Order: sequence, then C-alpha cells, then structure tokens
Amino acid sequence: MTVLNKVESETAAPETATAARHSPLEHRAAELERRSTSGARGVRLHEEPFLSQINLRTPPGGVESSAVSDSLGLPLPTVNRVSGDEHHAVLWLGPDESLIVAPDGRAEHLLRTVRDAQRGGSGSAVDVSANRTTLRLSGPAAREVLEKLCSLDLHPRSFGPGDCAQTLLGRVIVVLWQLDREPGYRIMVRCSFADYLVDLLLDAMAEFLDG
Amino acid sequence: MMSSSNPNRLNASVRPGRIDRTRTIHATVDGRAVPGRPGDTLASAMLAGGDIEVGPSIQRGRPRGVFSADCTEPNALVQRLDGDCPEPMLPATEIELQDGLRVETLSGVGWLSEQRDTAGYDKKFVHSDVVVVGAGPAGIAASLAAARGGARVMLVDQHRELGGMLLDGQAHIAGHPATEWIGRAARELAENEQVRVLTRATALGCYDHNYLLIAERRADHPDAPPSPTIRQRLWHVRAKQVVLATGAHERPLVFADNDRPGVMLASAVRSYLNRHAVLPGREAVVFTTSDSAYSTALDLLGTGARVPAIVDTRPEPPTRLVEQVRAAGAHVVTSAAVVATGGEHRVSGVRVRGIDGNGSLTEWSAEFPCDLLAVCGGWNPAVQLFAQSGGAVRWDPVVAGFVPSGAGGRSARVVGAARGTYDLAGCLAQGFASGAEAATLSGFRTAPPPVPQVDGDRQASRPRPVWLVPDESRSPEECTEHFVDQQRDATVADIHHALGTGMRSVQHVKRYTTISTGLEQGKSSGVNAVGVLADALSAGSPGEVGTTTFRPPYTPVPLALFAGRTTGRLYDPVRTTPMHRQHVEAGAVFEDVGQWKRPRYYPRGNEDMHAAVLRECSAARTGVAVQDVSTLGRIEIVGSDAPEFLDRIYTNGFAKLAVGKARYGMMCGADGMVLDDGVSMRLAEDRYLMSTTTGGAAKVLDWLEEWLQTEWPELDVYCTSVTEQWAAVAVVGPDSRTVVGRLAPDLDVSAESFGFMRFHETVLVGGIPARISRVSFSGELAFEVNVARWYGQALWEATMTAGSDLDITPYGTEAMHVLRAEKGFVIVGQDTDGTVTPVDLGMDWAVSKHKDFIGKRSLSRPDLVRQDRVQLVGLLPTDTTTLLPEGAHLVEPDVSRRPPVPMAGHVTSSYHSAALERTFALGLISGGRQRIGEVLCAPVGGRDVEVEITSPVFYDPEGARRDGPEQG
Repeated sequence: MTVLNKVESETAAPETATAARHSPLEHRAAELERRSTSGARGVRLHEEPFLSQINLRTPPGGVESSAVSDSLGLPLPTVNRVSGDEHHAVLWLGPDESLIVAPDGRAEHLLRTVRDAQRGGSGSAVDVSANRTTLRLSGPAAREVLEKLCSLDLHPRSFGPGDCAQTLLGRVIVVLWQLDREPGYRIMVRCSFADYLVDLLLDAMAEFLDG
Repeated sequence: MMSSSNPNRLNASVRPGRIDRTRTIHATVDGRAVPGRPGDTLASAMLAGGDIEVGPSIQRGRPRGVFSADCTEPNALVQRLDGDCPEPMLPATEIELQDGLRVETLSGVGWLSEQRDTAGYDKKFVHSDVVVVGAGPAGIAASLAAARGGARVMLVDQHRELGGMLLDGQAHIAGHPATEWIGRAARELAENEQVRVLTRATALGCYDHNYLLIAERRADHPDAPPSPTIRQRLWHVRAKQVVLATGAHERPLVFADNDRPGVMLASAVRSYLNRHAVLPGREAVVFTTSDSAYSTALDLLGTGARVPAIVDTRPEPPTRLVEQVRAAGAHVVTSAAVVATGGEHRVSGVRVRGIDGNGSLTEWSAEFPCDLLAVCGGWNPAVQLFAQSGGAVRWDPVVAGFVPSGAGGRSARVVGAARGTYDLAGCLAQGFASGAEAATLSGFRTAPPPVPQVDGDRQASRPRPVWLVPDESRSPEECTEHFVDQQRDATVADIHHALGTGMRSVQHVKRYTTISTGLEQGKSSGVNAVGVLADALSAGSPGEVGTTTFRPPYTPVPLALFAGRTTGRLYDPVRTTPMHRQHVEAGAVFEDVGQWKRPRYYPRGNEDMHAAVLRECSAARTGVAVQDVSTLGRIEIVGSDAPEFLDRIYTNGFAKLAVGKARYGMMCGADGMVLDDGVSMRLAEDRYLMSTTTGGAAKVLDWLEEWLQTEWPELDVYCTSVTEQWAAVAVVGPDSRTVVGRLAPDLDVSAESFGFMRFHETVLVGGIPARISRVSFSGELAFEVNVARWYGQALWEATMTAGSDLDITPYGTEAMHVLRAEKGFVIVGQDTDGTVTPVDLGMDWAVSKHKDFIGKRSLSRPDLVRQDRVQLVGLLPTDTTTLLPEGAHLVEPDVSRRPPVPMAGHVTSSYHSAALERTFALGLISGGRQRIGEVLCAPVGGRDVEVEITSPVFYDPEGARRDGPEQG
C-alpha cells in the first residue's frame, strides 16, 4: 500500500509559497532574451520553469499500465514518442518508465491520480517537478544549434514533433522533446546542470547572432 | 601576353582560369608581397610571380621548389603567421590566397607557438543516407543519382568548388565544356533540400559502420565572412552508404637530382595552367610513364610554351598521342628516361638516356635545355579512406597502382580514379551507378541516369612504371640524389641502407628511412618506396611488397579542431546547487567534488583556510552552523519488495525500520568492500528515500538497477533518482534546535518529541513544505531540512535569518570533514579505497549476522578475517602542532630504513581540531585496534614524526552531545 506523503503532496506549491520559488535560470532570463534572434536563421531560448513532472514506472503491457493510461486520459507512449501535447503529456523514457508533464501546479493532482490507479499493483509515481527545469529552444536554426551538441539524427525524416529522447547535449543528460515543426524543442535538464547547459547552448547559438 | 607583376599569368583570352581577375589581393611570404587573384592558391600566386623556389630541404639544405598542386606537396610548406595563432606546416598548394595572409617558408619542419589559439572550432553531428567523398566527375555523378532517388545526400570536397580534375582539363560533356555540366549539377544539388554540399571540407577518416569525420574550413579564404565565429568545424557523420570518389594522386619519378626546383608533377603543371592561368615555365620537358602527361604537353604548347621533348619510358606510346603532340610542335622520345638535371636554384636542362625492357640504360643519350620538367610516374588511386575503413587493396598491373580489392560490397562504392578508372566516361558511369545503388540500398530505390556523351578524354593505354631510373655511374646503394621522399630528404640509398641492415618489410623500411612519415603521409612517396623495394628484393610486383597502413587523418588538422568547444569553462559540466549564488555572495571558496562546486570554507576578512575552518568548527560545536547538503545523492525506492531489496543491498537491516524513522546504512560490493554509505528513511511501508554520498549518487543508482535488472527481476521495486528534487541544509550545533524551531513553527523540536534518527514533515515559515530529519555527521545535535529544489534559495535565506542573532555560521566541506573525523566517522573514498571492509573500519555493528546481503559471503573469506588486516584507528602526533600529510606512510620506529621498508599503514585523513586544540588524524594500520597506545613513525620530508595509535573517536565518545543541551 502506498501512503501519500505530505511533502510530495504539497510540492505543487500552496499559494503562500509560490513567491518563494526560484527557478535555476531566472537570473539569466534577460540574457536569454538578448541572445535570441529572429528571422530566417533565428533561434530563441527561454526557460519554462516549474512544469509539473511525475516520473512514472509501470510494468509494460500489464493491467497497471492500462489503469494508469485510463486515469490520465492518455495512452502510454510508444518508444521515444510523446503522448498528448505540451500542456498534458506522457513521454517515453524507457520500457517501463515515462515522464508525465503538465503545467505548474498539477503535480499533486497527477500524483494522486496515478497512485490511485496503481493501487494494488506494481509500479511507482514520484514527483520530480523540481528535479529538472525546462528550456524551450525554437526558431528556424534550432535544429542546427542542437546538431552541434547532440549526436542523434534530428533531421525531420527521423525526429519530429511528438518525438522525445533521453540523450546527451555535450556532456549533459537531457530529455529532448520536439514540439512543433518550426522546429521548437523542450530540453528538460536537471537543475544543477542548467547554468552550464545554457552556457553551451548560447555558445552554439552565437553563430546565428549575426544573422 | 603576361602582366608585369604576375609575369607568368596567362591572359584571359589564352586561359581564363578559375580566378577573379577584377580584384588583386596580396599575401606576404617571408616579408615580401605576393600579389594574386581570388581563386589563387598561395603556390599559384607565387608561380604567377615567377617564384618557384621555396625553403631548402630539411636535412641537406638542398634548393627545393613547388612540386605539386595538391595535398601531396613535399616542399612548399609554410608557417602561417597572420591567424589567431601561428600555424605550422601548411602546404602552400592548399592555402587559398587572401588579403593579409602572411607566411614564412619552412625547411621541412615548422614550429609550435606558445600563443593560445583563440580561433573558434566546433563540431556538428549529422546523419545521411549517402555520403559522397570527392566532387570530381564520379562524385558529382554519384550525388546526382542518389539525390534524384530522394535520399539524404552529403557531398564533400576539399576544394572551394566542385569539379575535381575536370577543372584542370579541357574536357567536354554532352557537347559543352565540362564546367557547364558542373555548374548545372551544382545548381541541381543546391536546390534539393535533402542534399548538403560541403566544400573546403576534407574527409579525415572513414570508420566502422560508415562513420566519417570531416573537417570543414569556414575561414581563411576570400569567400569567408570578415571574422567568422567558427574557423573550422569537425562534422561527425553517420551514413547509411558511403561512395568514395576520392580521385588519384600523381606519382613523382625517381632519378638523379629529381628534387631540383622546376621539377614538377605533370598534373600540377596542367592544374596551374588551366585552373589558375599560370604558366610555371616557358620551356618544359615532359617525362612520363603513361598517357596523362600528353595532355600537359598539349596544354603547354597551346599556351605558347616550348616543349623540347616528351620523354616516355614506353617503347610504343599510343600513336594518336604521338601524332597529336607532333602536330602541335613537339616530339616524343620513346624508351627513354631523364637521368640527370642541370641547374642550381632552378632546373636548366636535362640529360636523357635510352632505357631498355629490363630498366637498364642504353647507350643512346641526348640533352635538352628547359626551365621546367613535368614528371608523371603514374597514378596512385586515393584509397586512403577505403583502406582506413577496413578495405583491402591489391596491385593492379594494368593501371599500375594499388586499387580496392574485391568486386562487391564496400569496394563497389569506390568509384572513378580512386579505383583506377581514369577516363571521364568511365568515371561518370561508375558514379551514376554507385550513387543509384547507394540510394537504393538506403531505402530510396532509383536507377542510374544515362551517361552523357563525353570527349577530350580517352581510356588510357597501359603505363610503364619505372621505379628507379638507374644512375649513369653509381649503383643503387650509392643513389644519394635519387629522392623518394623529398620532405624527409630520403633517397634510394637510404632504402638500400635499410635493406643492408636486414629489413625486408615495407613497414620496417618506412620507419627506418622515415619515408612517408611526413606531411604527405605517403601519398606521394609511398608507392615509389614500395616500387624501389620491390625492385631491390626482385619481387614480381609492388603487390608482393604491399603497402604501409593507411591511418586517419587523411590530411593534418589542428588538434584544436578535435577539442572543439570543450575547452576552458565549457570543458566539463559545472554543477551548482540552488544556493550557489548565495555562497558566492558570502565569499565562499569552492571545491570541486566531482562536477559539483561545493563551498570549501567561507573566509571572513583576511582569514586563511586554517583560521576559517577552526572558526566554522567552533561554531558547530558551541553555537550553530549551517551547510548546504543539496549535493547528496537521493534515490526513491518504491515497491512491495523495497524492504527486502534494501536488506539485500545494505549490510545492515532495513526491513524492520519503522515508518517515520531513518537509519545509517552501508553497502558493499560482492567482494565485501565498502561501496557507499548514507542514511535512508522509511517514508511508507513500501517507500524509502535513500541518500548516497555526493560522488556516489550515479554509481549507486547504476548498482541498484544492475541488481534489479540482472539478478532480481522478480522483485517489485522501482528506483527513481530524486537528487535534484530536493535542496537541503544541515543545521548543526547546540543552538540548532532553536533555529529549526523558528524555521518550523508547527513542529515540536524538543528531544522528547523529535528523537534522533526520526523525521517529520511540516511547513516552514513562508509556507514552504519541508521534511526535517534528525541526523548528525558531527556528533552534535543536528537537523537536516529538505525542501523542493526550487525553495533552496528561500530555505537558506530563512535559515540564516532564523539564526542571525545566534551568529549562525555557514560552513564548508573542510569543516564538515574535520567535524566528522573528530567523531571517527568515515568518508567513503577518503578513508576507504576499495580494499576496505566494514569490519576493517570497526563498523561490525552495521553488518548484520542474521540476513543475507551483497558481499556477505566475501566477508568470511580467510583473507578478510586475517587479524593483521588494516584497521581504522586514530592517530595523534606526539607534537600537537604537527599536521601529518594525508597519504603519509607509517612504519615501526625501530625498523631499518633500507628498502623494502615494511609498512604498518597510512594516514587517510588529517586535520587541525578546534575542539581538541591540536592536530589529529585517521589512518588504516595493520592490526591497528590491538595496538592502541603504541607509537609509530611517519617519515615525512626527511624526518620522523612520532605518532600514537588511538581510538578513532576523539570527541564526545559517550555521545552525550547528540541530543543537544538540556532544555530549561
């Protein structure tokens, strides 16, 4: 039996504490804005802080997975795919591992929903909302920037909207998720690496600053 | 017909060349201005100005001249001076002329600058269905065919424009000059968005599974932007299929004084004529073993140069060619060879002798004046990339070169001159066929396009290679002016010297003579050396001698290119906690712990580390101190079998741990050696939160997953890393209860309600949810406050505020080390080294006798129960101010110091203690626990330091401080 524990249930930030939160990259927001470019070879970078994230472990194909899927209203994703959209999604991380992503403040509800669905079966659901922050990289040159840091094939024939992967950008482990065709990506990174990853990305973007 | 500043430049009406005549640009060579046109190489500009001589040779100081027009250049090597950093050993034949280019000529060896290279280098990772290396006719054809099939195609060429050898010649395709066909193809490829054409890009290596490395030069040419962000880019390319259309390199000929300036490859002469509109000499003898040099002769004659003779080793060159050159005004000498050259700093004439079917000189002789000797010893298919990727080569006597061996598979995708096909129609046909096949094999079914009508090039007749033109008077052993490798000044005599020492293998001869070890890496000298060796060993063919090994890179590149962006601050990830900027503002001195930046100490005023650490330790023992412990690893372990799992992982029991309680746990490897330690809390019946050391977090998660996935898949357990879900501070010291009480107003922090090794969930001031535990790594009353990571900054601020009137003192890793050592608490990795068991550490209390766990069986092995194993003890230097170096060895006081000296053990941790008012240490000493009170010696810096063995617990051995002061 899983006992919902108090701290996890409240990481979804009760009203009073929201102002006390700081995202890992809030001190660089102006810099990211300044280093973003528009136009035919433009690329933009900004932080999407505080997304709700639940790490989900479910035995593949079992009764638990269909119960969880029903509770979320989304099918569990197939290999390296994302089920849902940027507002409510499940990302494939591994054969029995997924990441539920939703807007800020949804973690408590999601955690309860999933754990209810898992009750009596095997699996786990852990709030990891504060574990990673999210970078949004978009613009016509976004793929070119990623290609400097990531050895995956990101060509549209091979990686497109709704695809995700756990991979390396330079030496940083990230969850890479393509949102749209522009292309726009979400890069989910553990907070301690966020500053360094931004340094890497801005360095890779420098080429496009001069248009 | 020639301009004065460029006396050897041909008028546009004679040869337009691939240059921009509307602009003049200048380079500086050895301080002298060298004018030229965009499209020139440094070598072509020098030749246009009448300069053929370059730096003298490396060993013998012989005059040398521009010899080639490509990457095989042995002589015209320069040091570049104008870039971000002086760059050594660049062939002038490969440098594009541009304004401001400044070089000095070299004598075969450059110099490394101590200046930092500030230019930009980066990498790019792309994937492709078909990669075509080389944009000559075969490569262009392959790209067209593959692209028409819809495949993702990448075409790579080292030069600035597509065309390859077509740009050196006068061929026509489909009734038009070849350049028109190239232009149409270039447009077609550019318009196809699935095609990427990389020019000025050299495929350095071709590896397993069609992985290629390609170096692209984005700067250092007239078309580059003024200050490009990136000078060179290393492309990592994963291809489904690779087509190698790498062309061929012309071989020099080996005869006496073949290194004199003015001796030049026939193909290079033709390239300078047609590509750069430069006539390198006015009176040119052509010395050849095959057909291709006849085109050079015809081009020379067509631009007004005199050709006194075409010397052909073959008795019967094709009549068609002989008549063509005769009609143009030159005559052919057959069965002949150049045996000597005259002149000092430039060739002034040649002596020619007849050469019979056995390669011996005949009596016939003649002499011809000349200022240029164009030589063609045949062609070497550029099989480097093919061979690097595992392809075998064989000697083909018909084309007289090493060609890819075998008919199918990988070899089928080597096309054109790279497989010994030298006629244009053949190159196009092979290119189209292989491109279509490569596309089809990568999933884009397509047929090869029809081959257009071509002229200006015919299938070559059989060459007659001559590896060594005999000297007129000396034996081969004495041929000290017959150069095989001009850059290394290595000759036929050197090869015979190697043979004289008993060497037979081409690999040995290469290393002994240094032939092929220079910049050209055998592209020019390699096969000639094999040929000379084959003759000397009376081998049937060069194929019996074989080649040396082809290794990447294809041409040299700066090491900075391989480093890319991973230098300086981008070298390795820097991990920081949410409180990092607060530590910076507090003046913390940081320590690298793995990739983490952790505060080591927080100096106040002019404090050094020693003073700061004493102060921080005092605060923890007498007041209140706070440390950021957000770097500790955390793993949430969930599932109905989680209790059983932890029982197996830890040496001590966790299944019976009550919900709401925490326990210190130790884990061992299967060998019984300490792996990691930390405190785990039981959050629920089926849910634990494990903590690990900062450095061990990733390793421990891997360890848990390995056991779950490979050994115990039946267990219902899931592990999730939550290291960065949490931020945490340790609040330590007698006043910590007051501080935590203020931080968590809803929580009863009294000793009665909040016992040691318990945890509670609560809401802090400001509404921050928290989990607070009572754990201590110092022996003092202490609390660990955990909040969601994004509250880390707020937590630190609130803690400092709550303790401001108590002089709450932030402390770093150094004070933490001292505090725990005073209590004899070990740090895994500092007091252990992978050969230490929990029992060695005196931690039998953490090793269960009642259950099985990883490492249990090992702990009863005879070697692990020896009485003389090293054991953790305390060490007190007799002199209370002497600080033992960590790692110092300890010996018996009376032992002889003649090596080998038996060691009693070593120091693992050593500090100054504020609480003890003296220095102290921990160490691992053989049988140490039985030796408490004895004295050992630490030989340090030439003197002996006396050390007493003690218990490892120096401070508060009865544990009276753990619950803090009595509350009044």
